[in-house]
Amino acid sequence: MTTTKTAPRDFGFGEDEAMLQEMARKMLGERLPMDKLRTLVAAAPEPIYDRGERAPWDKELWSEIVELGWTGLAVGEAEGGSDVSLAGIAGIVEEIGRHALPSPLIATLMASLVLRAAGGAVAGALLKRIAGGATASLAITNGRGSWDPEHAPLIASGEADELVLHGGARFVQDAFKADFLIASARLGDTLVLCAVETAADGLRLETDHIHDLTRDQASVHFNGVRVGASSVVTYEGAVVLQAVWPSLLVLVSADLCGASERLLQTTVDYAKERVQFDRPIGFFQAVKHPLVDAMVEIDRARSLLYHAAAEVDVASGKAEIAARMAKSAASDAAAFISDRAIQLHGGIGFTWEYGLHIFFKRNMHNQSLFGDGVHHRKKLADLLIGPISTSPNLARDPAAN
Amino acid sequence: MSSADLSQEQREFGEYARGWLAENAPPPPPERLPITPIEVMTVGQRDYLQAWQRKCYDAGLVGADYPKAYGGHGHTGFQRIANQEMNRAGVPFLINIVGLSMAAPTILQHGTEEQRRKFIPGCLSGDEIWCQGFSEPGAGSDLANQRTSAVPDGEDWIINGHKVWTSLGHFATWMILVTRTSKDHKYDGLTYFLCPIAGQPGVTVRPLVKITGETGFNEVFFEDVRIPDAYRLDEVGKGWAVAMTTLLAERGASEGAGSGGGGGESAIRDLIELARGTWRDGVLAADDPVTRDAIMQRAIVAEGMRQNAKRARVPALCDHPMRLPLQQKLTGSEFQQNNARLGVEIAGAHSTLYKLDPSAPQAGHWPLAYLNSYGNTIAAGTNEIQRNILGERVLGLPKTK
Repeated sequence: MTTTKTAPRDFGFGEDEAMLQEMARKMLGERLPMDKLRTLVAAAPEPIYDRGERAPWDKELWSEIVELGWTGLAVGEAEGGSDVSLAGIAGIVEEIGRHALPSPLIATLMASLVLRAAGGAVAGALLKRIAGGATASLAITNGRGSWDPEHAPLIASGEADELVLHGGARFVQDAFKADFLIASARLGDTLVLCAVETAADGLRLETDHIHDLTRDQASVHFNGVRVGASSVVTYEGAVVLQAVWPSLLVLVSADLCGASERLLQTTVDYAKERVQFDRPIGFFQAVKHPLVDAMVEIDRARSLLYHAAAEVDVASGKAEIAARMAKSAASDAAAFISDRAIQLHGGIGFTWEYGLHIFFKRNMHNQSLFGDGVHHRKKLADLLIGPISTSPNLARDPAAN
Repeated sequence: MSSADLSQEQREFGEYARGWLAENAPPPPPERLPITPIEVMTVGQRDYLQAWQRKCYDAGLVGADYPKAYGGHGHTGFQRIANQEMNRAGVPFLINIVGLSMAAPTILQHGTEEQRRKFIPGCLSGDEIWCQGFSEPGAGSDLANQRTSAVPDGEDWIINGHKVWTSLGHFATWMILVTRTSKDHKYDGLTYFLCPIAGQPGVTVRPLVKITGETGFNEVFFEDVRIPDAYRLDEVGKGWAVAMTTLLAERGASEGAGSGGGGGESAIRDLIELARGTWRDGVLAADDPVTRDAIMQRAIVAEGMRQNAKRARVPALCDHPMRLPLQQKLTGSEFQQNNARLGVEIAGAHSTLYKLDPSAPQAGHWPLAYLNSYGNTIAAGTNEIQRNILGERVLGLPKTK
């Protein structure tokens, strides 16, 4: 083979990565069991749905997570992080999803991956803050919910030593838990990435009234936010975001895989216990077979997830294809098991009290985040089949005349 | 599969296999080949494919991991490489599928030293074609419901009964045969034999006609067929356990003696090529967003299967050791079926044409592939049975039987 960049053995998922995942599973299993999760985020629907309050989260548990160094997972050792591979991070994020952890961790990991991809002194200083426990999120999505990194939500104006940001960033994940945002803004022909404190003058966070109980989401209004040179991460924003996009897809896919496996196992357990017509319902093939189909879909997504992580880790040219496949498969697998989990639990699964809806809604949120299955298959078709012919006249059926 | 997964020896063997296949790819067949070995019908196809297997065997690409004493090449971890390279090269399939993936592994595990030396070499070289005598008119999914009887008579056994769906039976020298030796126990009353077919007095092989109008499998009648006790595999009454070894090998739980060829890797490429050459409502099907999405769904499943095979070798990423291996038959057969159905859809009006119609695209491949695909979703345990097995053995749901 002439390729120089080949994915590592076993997706690069070795003993260290397995140990990290096991540790995360154990810790979250102890600190956030189902009853505690339910009490934490779903004590009652009224505050969140009727009054539009943000879902609560466990700040004590967050301090432990910061102590464990998880904020620095994607930060290089030079900046005080642990420089774990994306395959290793995917293992931990699967556990985050499996336990539906409300936290700014994934948003912060995404911000650190963007900063790493950008490189340079400004990014380095911000990465140091993250390794020290600071939290961050990406403000890169516009009002149309476009997942094209070129469609920046903000307009920048001014000179190199001071930019002024205007506009509104939408769908900013866990913004109310973030210390700062990485915002993308259009500056003439270029796309600039800036770090902006969430407490900055001229910046206003507005709570989105959302279904998911395990995060917050904001619309962020920039009304003349001033950004000094020490906060301009890069003027190559488009290139950086394109390059880092597969990593971001891997993180969301990992969350989906973890939560989906949890839903599968929960439903399997229920099907073994729940007796109807004198048998556990898992005896019946109308129950058994869809659970197997869900397992097959989840396994496909999980294999594609680690494949994508491994391709990113070696900076392979195949990372984008691999990551889009992973996100498409993970989104669809999640939609399927979420659906079957509620349906096969019957009435109890439909109740607020039982709590399956917590995972259902987290999945539903993540399915659309950074593009659903249809979105990624459209992008994949451009890559694997080629773009749709631009002129219908050129591609007219000769036989039609 | 990246080369970093492999040892130096495996890499060198892969290089060798690639080179050999490039230089030794056979001339085009004298007549159109079926899609899988279980549909081989004519003497012309048989001779062509048997010569090809012999050549691959002599080159070390078949029986690579089998001991030399049994006609193998005595390596470890080479067969997987050979299978991949044969797949990738798009060369014809190996005809002796029952010998390679069922008889040889079963005889290796359950046979006497004498039986291994007598039977395995012919499986590997393809000089002796094997068929499978498991299914009966009354024993399909309920495989243990065997009626074909074996009664001891001195040093011999007398076989009477009726087997069905016997692929390759018309070319077979040998059959792996499950019989009933006791009516007192459903499972413990079964005994496994290696039964001569060609030229054996009392054996009648009669072709069955498939939904395509083609023959390709058979029914086999046994009337007072006398075979020596030396052809009994393992103990009397152990037939069910031996049959389970066969089915596990068949369902892809091991690398087998050799498989591959037949162009599985090119399935997506073929669909894309078809779409690029087919007009649909005045534009090329390759420009139709719905068709593009459908092809990408297939591409994701194809990549998912490849990555599943890779993840199955990373224990830290497998919750249950049989979870991925036991999915192979289910996912593989439905993959082929769904590809073929999509090919029919894309070909549109042209898929109405039978292979002998001169304007049938790809010589009528797609509709025939679709019709034939049911062979694989039904054979080797219907996919409904596969879902039972996965639900019960992997998910631990209550048994259906």
